[in-house]
Parts: sequence; structure tokens; C-alpha cells
Amino acid sequence: MVQIRRLQEEGVDIIAIIGEIDASSSIELDLTIAKSVGEGFHRILVDCTALEYISSAGLGVFMSYIEEFKDKKIHMVLFGLKDKVANTFSILGLAELLHICPTKQEAKQLLNELSV
Amino acid sequence: MLKTKALIRLAFLGAAISWLIMVFSDVTVLFSDLKGLDPDVPAWLPRVMLDAYILCLFYYYKLRIERDESLNFTDLLWKVFATGLIVTVISLAIRFLGFLLGNTPLPTNVLYQDFVYQIDLSLFLSFLLAAFTSWKRLILYQKSKWLIRLWRVFEISLLIVLLYDSILMSFSEGMMTFIYIVIGLMVLVLSANMKWVAYLNFRQKWTSLLLLLLCFFYLGYFLLTMSAEAEGIEQQSSAFLSFYGHVFNLVLTIFVLVYSSFSFLVILFNLPTSSVFEQKLEEVVNYQRISQSIQTEQNEESVYKILLESSVSSVFADAAWLEIRAEGSEAKTYTYQISEKETEDIRKHLQQNQVRGVLEQSSDRTRNLSKHLDGLKGARFRSIMSFPVIVKGETIGTLTLLKELPDAFTKEMTRIVSTFANQAGISIENFRLMGEAFQNERYKEELKIAKTVQRSLLPQRLEQDVDFEVAAFSESADEVGGDYYDTLRINDHQVGIIIADVSGKGTTAAFHMSQMKGIFHSLGQQDLDPREFMIRANQALVYCLERGSFISATYFALNTQTKTIRYARAGHCPVLYYRSGSGELTYLKDKGTALGMIRSRDYCHFVETNEVAYQPGDVMVLYTDGITEAKDARGDEFGEERLLEAVRTQVHLPPKEIEQHIIRKLYEFSGSEDINDDYTLMVVKFR
Repeated sequence: MVQIRRLQEEGVDIIAIIGEIDASSSIELDLTIAKSVGEGFHRILVDCTALEYISSAGLGVFMSYIEEFKDKKIHMVLFGLKDKVANTFSILGLAELLHICPTKQEAKQLLNELSV
Repeated sequence: MLKTKALIRLAFLGAAISWLIMVFSDVTVLFSDLKGLDPDVPAWLPRVMLDAYILCLFYYYKLRIERDESLNFTDLLWKVFATGLIVTVISLAIRFLGFLLGNTPLPTNVLYQDFVYQIDLSLFLSFLLAAFTSWKRLILYQKSKWLIRLWRVFEISLLIVLLYDSILMSFSEGMMTFIYIVIGLMVLVLSANMKWVAYLNFRQKWTSLLLLLLCFFYLGYFLLTMSAEAEGIEQQSSAFLSFYGHVFNLVLTIFVLVYSSFSFLVILFNLPTSSVFEQKLEEVVNYQRISQSIQTEQNEESVYKILLESSVSSVFADAAWLEIRAEGSEAKTYTYQISEKETEDIRKHLQQNQVRGVLEQSSDRTRNLSKHLDGLKGARFRSIMSFPVIVKGETIGTLTLLKELPDAFTKEMTRIVSTFANQAGISIENFRLMGEAFQNERYKEELKIAKTVQRSLLPQRLEQDVDFEVAAFSESADEVGGDYYDTLRINDHQVGIIIADVSGKGTTAAFHMSQMKGIFHSLGQQDLDPREFMIRANQALVYCLERGSFISATYFALNTQTKTIRYARAGHCPVLYYRSGSGELTYLKDKGTALGMIRSRDYCHFVETNEVAYQPGDVMVLYTDGITEAKDARGDEFGEERLLEAVRTQVHLPPKEIEQHIIRKLYEFSGSEDINDDYTLMVVKFR
């Protein structure tokens, strides 16, 4: 089960994922990101501090946006990943394709640098 | 069948013969009496022959009428009527003949009169017996044990009376009165059985009344004619036995008359209520139609139509509509005698008047909204009633019934229609459940196929070499995953090994797995550098993997000439490697992104070839994430650490035993044989 919350701060859309992302809940994540993009946000933060587990389908969601973000000049930064989750990202090599920061502060900073 | 027919003929023949004997013997007896001679035939013969005639006819009708299952109530009455008609016409014809003879001496001859009387008597008896048999069937409709017994007693009494008549034995007057009272009571009790009347519809009731009326006419005609004839003969001869002296005939006449009168009156008084009975019957039939619609391979639409039709016909609605709001599709409206525009007007009107009721989806109450219609100008309807159609606690539609008369819906009607609506809801629910079960079954079947496909994609045997030995294990959960491993001999000194995990499950995963196999077997033979292998594999997969799908894989090229392992990791779980020289056991974590993640030529920057020189005794453990992510009861994962520990103590063993040990440890950890993911494990040991 997963709970996804959205919250806007200074033009940044913050998506907080609470719980586990598996094959079925990944659809919800996909919809949330799509909605954010649809609303015209160019800076997106994904709060993973409460993300307990992510399956390959969940990773597929992040992966599927990589090209689109590049084309639309949208920047997304993930932060607060638990070790286990971070390991999943790195094994798959997604860590090199996505921007991942330890804290929200750093994530925001990175987002600002990228947007310039 | 043939036997029955033969019996019928036999009975008829018997009746005809006994009648002939009776007539001629009777005339002889009378003639002898008139002339004061001793008759040539015994005096009892006519009476016995009359009994024989009655019995034969009784069986004749019993076989004709009682056994015929196809006769309904009006048919029975019709049979009686027809028999009556025939006998009356014959009797009238004979009288007409007598009239034609006019003043000739023959009509005044007592023998001729007796002859005519005997004919009339037999005709009348035949009519009475036909009526008797038919009435029996009517009385015994919906019979009880008690009633059957009573009828038997009645029949036996009649037989006794018949015998009594023929032996000419006289009881005292008191005894006779007692017998008459007992039989009379029986006739009354039997005549109270009129259940069949309730099952006649309006038209049948009118028909029955008419038929019964004509039966009365026959009865009256025969009674009058025969008593007049009997009087005439009696004056001239004492040997003549009148009809009235015959107790059996009397009892039979009374019975037929009483039951006919009762039936007539009951039908007459039932006429005004017959429409109610008809309606009730129709309700039952309609209810059955709705509940059976599921069994007759009909669809939801036909249930809606039946619901609409049944409701309309049960409450005599002037118009009706049924609106179904299916999830995800547009509302569907089925109408009866009303245009879409009119329904729209009524709906708007109710909305404007703030009528919160069943026309809204949220409400689940049946409402009589009649009073709100008063304000609607130009509408022909003055009564309206609405019902929700509920499936699994969710209102899926509303049924609205309209009438032109004000206050035309009664509580009774509300009850009936809401029963229909409920039954329709249940039928719909059953349909959906059946559909789901069907879908599930198909899904399961699909999974079975996918699993078979997946199994067949895994290698039957693994490449072995003098330098190393390979063991593999793969087990998949109920849901088909996409784990793949394989080996391939590139040339005499090189062997390719692959382990891969396709994201997603089910048939798609099995499909992607087969693509991976194809890629491995075609690219593997070309003796490519592992990095190049991955780049080309990525290029090939980009066109077949849908958005969000990817494949993690590690490809190894084992070279026995240079004693090296060259490999590229594309997002797959890191290899666990044991170096026998240093005793070191580590995960080889290096750069590499899964296949299908980067869909451009940039992929070459995200994958690399690594090289390891192997020595005899080295062990390489390849696995999929199902192993490291296996959970115990508390939700902890097996993890890389536990895997490493499981291998550490066993490195000196042959690969098959190392593999079995890991699997044993894994099952011990997860605490059950049920697996929730795919476990794939490969162990390569060098020698």
C-alpha cells in the first residue's frame, strides 16, 4: 500500500511517497507525476524519506519519464532515500540517470542549479 | 395406448349390447304384462341390463375423460356440453319423428312409448355419466388424501345403490331416508371443492358459465320429458319401472345438478375478482422470468428489458423508463410508451422542485413522487413511482413508472415492483460474478501458458568445461516472473553465460524473456566484447520494450585460454565472487544501467566491461533479486549479507551443493515453501 501526497513550495512540486511501491501502486505514482507535468511544473522534488520499498515496476515509472523530462526541460530530484531503496536504484544503474540527494536542502539546491 | 383404445371400444360395445338387450327385454316384459302372458324373458333382465349398461358407460367415460391429461377445465365442461348436445338432439329427433307420425296409432301405443322412454333414459344416463366423470376430475383437482377417500366412498355408495335397485329389495322408509341423507351430505361436501375455478381467466369463466347454463337446460329437458313419458306409460301398465323408482339415477341426477349449480354460482361470484387472480398469476410468471433470465444465457440488457416489461404489465403503468448508469460508460435509458424528451422534462421538473429522491443515484429509497407531478404543465402523467436497481449495495439505475390517473399506485404495486427490481439486481450481480469468474479462469489459463513458455525458455542442459562447472536453480511463484539464465559455447575456449530479470510479470514478462533469449543466442555467437554485447542488446530491445519496462542482465564471457572472465553488468544484481587465493568473498559492484532504460545511443556511456582473472577453486554466484528480497515472517529481507554468509562456509563444495545449501538457507529464512517471487541462482566453480 502506498500513499502519495503533493505539496507545492515556491514553484516546486513536492511529491511525497509513503509506503511501498509495487506493480499495482506504481500506477498511482505514474498518475501523480503525469499530473504534476500536466499542471506545468518544471521543478519536481520526490520525497522518498518514507519510501520503504520500490519494485522494478516503480523504478520503471521514474525511468519512463527520463526522456520526456529531457525534452521538456523538466528537472526532478529525489531525496531522502533509505539505504535499501538507494541500493535498488544503484544496482539498476538508475542512480546515474536520476538526480538523487540525501536531504531536502541539498535537493532544492541541486534543483536550483539545474534550472538555471 | 392400444390397450386403452381397445378397452374404450370394448366398453362402448358392452354398453350398446346391454342397451339393446335391455330395450327389447323391457318391451317384451311390458308386452307380456299387457297381454297378461308369462314373459319369455325373466323380469329382472331389463334391470340387470340397465346396470350393465351403466357400468359399461361408466368405464367408457372413465377411460375417455379421466385419463386424458391434455384436457383443461373448459375442455372438460365442453365435453359435458357436447355430450349433452348430442343426446338432446337425438331425443328431439325421436320426438319429431313421433310428431310426424301424427295421429297414427303407433305414437299412442304403449310399447312404442316405452321404447322411446328407454331411449331417452339411456341418452340421459349417458349425459349424466359424462358429467359425473368430468365433475370428478374437477373435484379432485388439487386433491388431498382425505378427499380421495371420500370420493371412493361416494363411488362405492353409488355402486351399492345401483345393486340395490336391481335386486328390488325394499328397505324401510326410515332406512331409505338415512341413506339419502348420508349420500346427500357426501354430495354437498364434494361439491364444495371448487379450487379449479380460481385458475380460470376472465374469458374462460364466461365460457364456463355459458356451458353450465346449457347443461342445466339439458337436465331440465330430460327430467321434464321423461317424467311426462313415464306418467303416460305408468297409467297403462304396472310392470313399468319409472326412472324415479331408480335410486341410482336419482342420486346421480342430484349430484350432477348440485355440483353444476355450485360451480355456476361460484364462477359467477368470482367473475369480479378474476382480474386480481390473473394479475397475481402474471406477477409470479414475471418474477420467474426475471430470476430465470440468468440461466437462459441472456445478457444484462435482456434483464433490464424484462424488468421494464414485467413492472409495466404488473401495475398497468401507462409509461415507464429504466435508466442504467454503468460505470465508465454513458447512461442507458430503456423506455416504454414515453419519449426521451418527456423523461427529460419530468426529470428537470423534479429537479427544479428540489425533489430529493430516487432519481438521484445516491438515494436508495423507493419513492412515490406523485404529488410533485401536479405542478408539471402539459404532462399527461399524474402518478409517478421510482425504484432503485441495486447491485452489490450500489445503485446502478432507476426504474420509473408513470400513470395518467392521479394516486394510481397502491402499496401493493410498490411491493411487487420493488421485488422485481431486487430480483433484477440479483440477476445482474450474478451475471457480473459469472463474468468475473470467466475472466479469472481465462487469466489463470493465460498464466499457465505463460509459465509453460517461461519454463521452456530455460536451458535443458548447461555448458560445462574442464575448467569450470555450472549449476543452476530456478523456481517461480504462481505469478509468472521473468527470470532468465542461459549458457552458450562461443568457441572451443569461450563460453557465454547470461542471467537476466525482466521487469513485470505474466505473459508480457514471458514474451520479453523470449526476446532476451533470442538476443543472447544471436549476439553471443558473434564473440563480442561484453560491453558491445550490452549496447547491441539495448539497441535491439529499445524497439520492443514498452515504456517503463526494462531488463536487468549480466553477461559473462569465460575464456579458458586466458583464464579470464570478461563481463558487463546491465543493472543486474552484483556478482558474488570468491577468490580461493586470498579467501576473499565480495560483491563485484560496478557501473551498469539496465537494458531499455536509456533509449538512445547514449547507452554506451552507462555500461562497461570488467575483467577478472580466475584461479582454480574460485566460485562465482549469480542470482536475481528474488533471492535477496525474499522476506521472513517479520518482513526482513534475506539480503546480500545473509547470502554472502550462506556461501562463505560452503565454498569448498561442488557448485550443486553450494547452490542447494543457499536454497535451503533461503527457505529456512523465509519460513515457508511458498515463494512470492522468482528465485534464480547460478553457481560457477572453477577448477
